[in-house]
Amino acid sequence: MATASNGNTLKVRYFDIDENPKEHYLNAEKGLKSWLFTVDHKRIGIMYLASIVLFFAVGGLLALVLRTELLTPAENLMNAETYNRVFTVHGAVMVFLFIIPSIPAALGNFLLPIMLGAKDVAFPRLNLASFWIYSIGALFTLVSLAVNPIDTGWTFYTPYSVQTGSAVILMTFGVFIMGFSSILTGMNFIVTIHKLRAPGLTWGRLPLFCWAMYATSVIQVLATPVLAITLALLIMERTLGIGIFDPALGGDPVLYQHFFWFYSHPAVYIMIVPAFGVISELIATFSRKTIFGYWAIAMSSLAIAFIGSLVWGHHMFVSGQSELSTVVFSFLTFFVGIPTGIKIFNWLATMHKGSIDMKTPMLYAVIFLFLFTIGGVTGIMLGAISVNVHLHDTYYVVAHFHYVMMGGTVMAFLGGLHFWWPKMFGKMYSEFWGKISAAIIFVGFNLTFLPQFIMGSQGMPRRYYSYIDQFQTMHQLSTIGSYVLGVGFLIIAVYLVHSLIWGKKAPANPWGSRSLDWMTSSPPAHHNFNYTPVINNGPYDYHKPISEFTLGIAEDHEHGESVEKAKEETKA
Amino acid sequence: MAHATGTVESHVQHHFKSSDQQFSSAKLGMWLFLFTEIMFFGGLFVAYIVYRAWNPELFTLAATQLDTVLGAVNTVVLIGSSLTVALAIRAAQFDKQKQIINYLLITIFLATVFLVIKYFEYTHKFDMGILPGAMYTFEGIDHPKANVFFSIYYMMTGLHGIHVVIGIGLMVWLVLKAMKGAYTSSYYTPVEITGLYWHLVDIIWIFLFPLMYLID
Repeated sequence: MATASNGNTLKVRYFDIDENPKEHYLNAEKGLKSWLFTVDHKRIGIMYLASIVLFFAVGGLLALVLRTELLTPAENLMNAETYNRVFTVHGAVMVFLFIIPSIPAALGNFLLPIMLGAKDVAFPRLNLASFWIYSIGALFTLVSLAVNPIDTGWTFYTPYSVQTGSAVILMTFGVFIMGFSSILTGMNFIVTIHKLRAPGLTWGRLPLFCWAMYATSVIQVLATPVLAITLALLIMERTLGIGIFDPALGGDPVLYQHFFWFYSHPAVYIMIVPAFGVISELIATFSRKTIFGYWAIAMSSLAIAFIGSLVWGHHMFVSGQSELSTVVFSFLTFFVGIPTGIKIFNWLATMHKGSIDMKTPMLYAVIFLFLFTIGGVTGIMLGAISVNVHLHDTYYVVAHFHYVMMGGTVMAFLGGLHFWWPKMFGKMYSEFWGKISAAIIFVGFNLTFLPQFIMGSQGMPRRYYSYIDQFQTMHQLSTIGSYVLGVGFLIIAVYLVHSLIWGKKAPANPWGSRSLDWMTSSPPAHHNFNYTPVINNGPYDYHKPISEFTLGIAEDHEHGESVEKAKEETKA
Repeated sequence: MAHATGTVESHVQHHFKSSDQQFSSAKLGMWLFLFTEIMFFGGLFVAYIVYRAWNPELFTLAATQLDTVLGAVNTVVLIGSSLTVALAIRAAQFDKQKQIINYLLITIFLATVFLVIKYFEYTHKFDMGILPGAMYTFEGIDHPKANVFFSIYYMMTGLHGIHVVIGIGLMVWLVLKAMKGAYTSSYYTPVEITGLYWHLVDIIWIFLFPLMYLID
């Protein structure tokens, strides 16, 4: 009855979803080896999830240490040199070990093939390899911490990164290795989206999370190799003295900054675009409404990937690049705000007159809209040249990117984590504690970072372990806020772990979502579905009953043999 | 969604519906990987462009120290190897097991010739004191940034050389598998995508040769 895109007809029927699956991906195989060497994208996603949560905890604790040092202008916990190392490690761990792999590698790995109705990603073994490459890279960075923690700032700017005695090579080599993990994941996802969509799943029926992952993967494939060659050259600069970046040998340190930001600015879109994808899913599901402006949201992700690759120079307004390029980069920076604004307005329009259900994930989506908008708008301000010269390297910049990265990506990640938690583990978390901790995090976050905007605009420079007395009140407010944040995260950790053991059993589709990731049992079967899904609805068709979304190819089959025969048959 | 194959062969992994789908996925993946390689080398090409724009006279001066004849021979050798690897793919498409192995062995041989010539070029320069980076002691080029030109030269040709070595490794692996009859006209994906990789290695050299050797 369903007609595939090439005109062939498939014999289909509706399937029932098993609400109490006895066999699922979590118990399909047993033992540590069945995890470490699995090629199942779901298990790889869970392993990434565990890794990034670990590194988020490490980076978060370092942040609390930094904030404690800043409680007073005096030397409370550490001297200036140690402070340099701690903020560098906080930045590098949060950027390279947590936030870049966070949504794509953890949630993306778990969800993308399920949303496409596929059994796995296109290259499952490569997927496992990229997890191991990530782990090896992480190991290098950890060893560098044990040897001599790096003190350059997470950007490794030359010439200081060539001169310092800290373990720059180990750290950057670790980041170099993790880059390949990111590249391989990106390649894998692009091919998966192109080649492994279920029958009937046209590009226009892809969940917006898939579009976001597609745009992210494009950036990963486009930009990460440039970071790799940059860090390779930096390592060569330190070992051989090749003189490309080191001014003492005839090199140019601004060239390093261009190379570095050619990757690292697009990298902030690697961090935020997947968050946009999560938010699209959350808002549509909990507003019970067809998403407003499907194509606008889908295409704006690609527009961000494209324009975002052309704005790196706004990091160098005071580094001595030419005035013309400064003006061009400033214009392009304003320009990249447009597709982002398009998304925000479409999400608001989706919520308009929807039946909004304020479950914890939706609470995080709303928090995201609030915080990310502040982060985005202050970013536009920083893109204005004259303002930038005043605010450059102040706490204003620190507050801006924390509003984007933490207020944006981490909030979306938390929303997504709560949203898909029942799907991943088959257990419901505590809605009560979920809401409480979301509120605590919202308050703590603003208490931490709003004072930083004010301090920054008054001239408090970033990366100092001390400050003049007039900033003390603001710094103390910020520090107290960071403790509140810490408590919020602690509560989440407790009730999520609690839910794994004592949590209520989750139904297959607790949120009444219409997208394909909910049309399988919780947790999903070993190969995702017990049938081959056929899609003839959009992922946000909330005007249709859920029972219409479990269409699959009729006839039982193994490895597609009878599927081929079924394709030739026609059913009225 | 229609595929020519009625039955599914043993080489098709569980998550693919057909051999065609698996083959086209592998090819798309390889093209994306080649794209990342271009971006990877792209950083070095940008460094080359920047320093040449700043010091045009340095590049023409320093290039005289490179042996154009050896470079040209190596170019012919690599283009020849691209032909033989393409012939290996064709042999696989026509199920000619023996020919797959022979053409791959010729390709490996040519790649090795390339590396041997590169070895003589490098050691000759090392003897003259043209060493990478801070070890540079050659005084024949009257320019304060002569060391930077050779740093770029060594980085670009060195990275390319590493790719040649990886290519040889891949083709040795292909030969071993081909000896067991792993590749037939219905399944030769690894030969095809290794061939694609090898063409890229070749193309990068085709850009490096004129940019380094043929400027004066």
